[in-house]
Amino acid sequence: MVSDSPSAAVPAISIENLRFQYGEKQVIHDVTLDIPSREITAFIGPSGCGKSTLLRCFNRINDRIPGARVTGGSIRVAGIDIARPDLDLQTLRRRVGMVFQKWNPFPKSIFDNVAYGLRIHGEKDRSALEERVEYCLRRVALWDDVKDRLKSSAFGLSGGQQQRLCIARTIATRPDIILMDEPCSALDPLSTLKIEELLLELKNDYTIVIVTHNLAQASRCSDKTAFFFLGKLIEHGPTTKIFTKPDQQQTESYVSGAFG
Amino acid sequence: MENPEQLLRKGVHHEALKQGAVKAVLGGMAWGVVLIALLIFGRICWDGAPVLLKPEFPFVDTAFLTEKTETLHVFDDASGTRHSLPASEYHGWVEKHGAESIFNETTYSYSGGGIAGPIVGTALLTLLSIVLALFFGVSAAIYLSEYAKDGAFIRWVRLAILNLAGVPSIVFGLFGFAVFVLAAPVFTDTPSERSLLAIPLGFTWFSFQGWNSSLIAGSATLACMILPVIITASEESLKAVPQGFREASLALGATRWHTIRKCVLPFALPGILTSSILSLARAAGETAPIMFTVAVAAKDDFPWEGATGPLGVLQSQVQALPYHIYTLAARIPSSDYTQRAQYGSVFVFLLMIFLFSTVSIILRNRVRSKLKW
Repeated sequence: MVSDSPSAAVPAISIENLRFQYGEKQVIHDVTLDIPSREITAFIGPSGCGKSTLLRCFNRINDRIPGARVTGGSIRVAGIDIARPDLDLQTLRRRVGMVFQKWNPFPKSIFDNVAYGLRIHGEKDRSALEERVEYCLRRVALWDDVKDRLKSSAFGLSGGQQQRLCIARTIATRPDIILMDEPCSALDPLSTLKIEELLLELKNDYTIVIVTHNLAQASRCSDKTAFFFLGKLIEHGPTTKIFTKPDQQQTESYVSGAFG
Repeated sequence: MENPEQLLRKGVHHEALKQGAVKAVLGGMAWGVVLIALLIFGRICWDGAPVLLKPEFPFVDTAFLTEKTETLHVFDDASGTRHSLPASEYHGWVEKHGAESIFNETTYSYSGGGIAGPIVGTALLTLLSIVLALFFGVSAAIYLSEYAKDGAFIRWVRLAILNLAGVPSIVFGLFGFAVFVLAAPVFTDTPSERSLLAIPLGFTWFSFQGWNSSLIAGSATLACMILPVIITASEESLKAVPQGFREASLALGATRWHTIRKCVLPFALPGILTSSILSLARAAGETAPIMFTVAVAAKDDFPWEGATGPLGVLQSQVQALPYHIYTLAARIPSSDYTQRAQYGSVFVFLLMIFLFSTVSIILRNRVRSKLKW
């Protein structure tokens, strides 16, 4: 249903007049935004502005939160409305991977963590699994650190390594889009740097949407930036423009550090 | 800082005395409980150990563990020597010496031979009930914790389950008698006369005539009794599994059931097993629920003797240790000759619980060590 090589013409994700509520509280107001393929789009804005919620709509992981619902508008992933009743949710989530704010490897071995997604989708062949696991771990620059202890617990890794393991786990199922919800907010500067380098390397193959509180991070590694405030999309555009000469006064005060 | 001498205390230190008193009272309570437990265990071991243990090799009176329960005959022979023989040996003695050489004979029911029957019965009952309770209990807990939407109805269900834990065990016994023994459905070719409802299926009948007093009825009753504990503890264990694991699994495209099976249940298992260790000891020790549903005071054969297949075993009645202890204590006149069986049974029962718990704890630790926290 989702085409294998999305053309540049169709945006990876296109959001139209999206409204979203937690119970009676409206947290996203009429957001319209296109997210281009093979680029890094950063969502910035103060806490509680709805950027994480919006991100979590893209793979419908918000479905499991009681009272959370989309009340208007639509989200299309590669042209397919993801609210359609005939949508295969499992395939959507495989193609739209997610990396969480708090790294959350399973209490299994490093190997099993990366292989988890592959096994869900029916890969049983041991050598194919090994090959894919090695590829993914190399891709996140973790292979050399862990190749001798693939069978040991993922919990023995450092925070930054665990987060990179989670990214490896996400790319193992060959997604097209990777959603990242503040992936570096609990990491030290050096680990953050490594993840940022990784993002720049990954964007050749994946569309990446990253929510971040770190403005420097957004300006360093994103191509497009969208600024949210109180559930509304205030402004979006190329990152350099947002950070140097934004159209909106609010954006300018936020990126210059006047508030937030 | 002004007046640094304020840092130094003057006079009697009342606060320290108060703290010491609190510590002494709390400590006294704890050690009091330990003392009472030691007294109980000490008494049982003091009286029970000599029955089971022997000074010479192999140090254990295996006959007591492997022989069936018999009536004990106590009598004097012609020369005035006092004999106490279990029924099987007694008949041999009578044949050899003749009935006329027996004087002052008294018999004590259930006091001779061993207690193999009750041991086997209790083991089967405990295992079967814990398997049943885990199956139903964990399923219910998964539903309550993973699927059910929190609402008034689910809160009532939870409250009902908690209250079930407070129902006296004799009520469970009567419930088991009314439901499992008398009314539970069976497939049968010839419905019994007291069947409540018999539905013809063509080739056989589906008849609500109960399972009679049987291993399966008793295990089901015990399972009902321990279900509340298992459900509540399992639900808590499931809830303690971090939400992050569920989200990570779902975000990788796993279905809900797959996520529960691979990412929630394995991590909740140690907690679930801990609750079942407690329940196991309770199921093994209860007398009231099995009185009407399975237990018999005397039985000459093991459940598998004369049974046709595993189903036959499930349909047989068994002796059970708690019920045996109750019978010896309350239903036959107590004397020096009944004490051997009495104390021996209690001692063996304690050892069995100890064994069950140890095995479960080892099992739990193995499960836990497989998780790579």
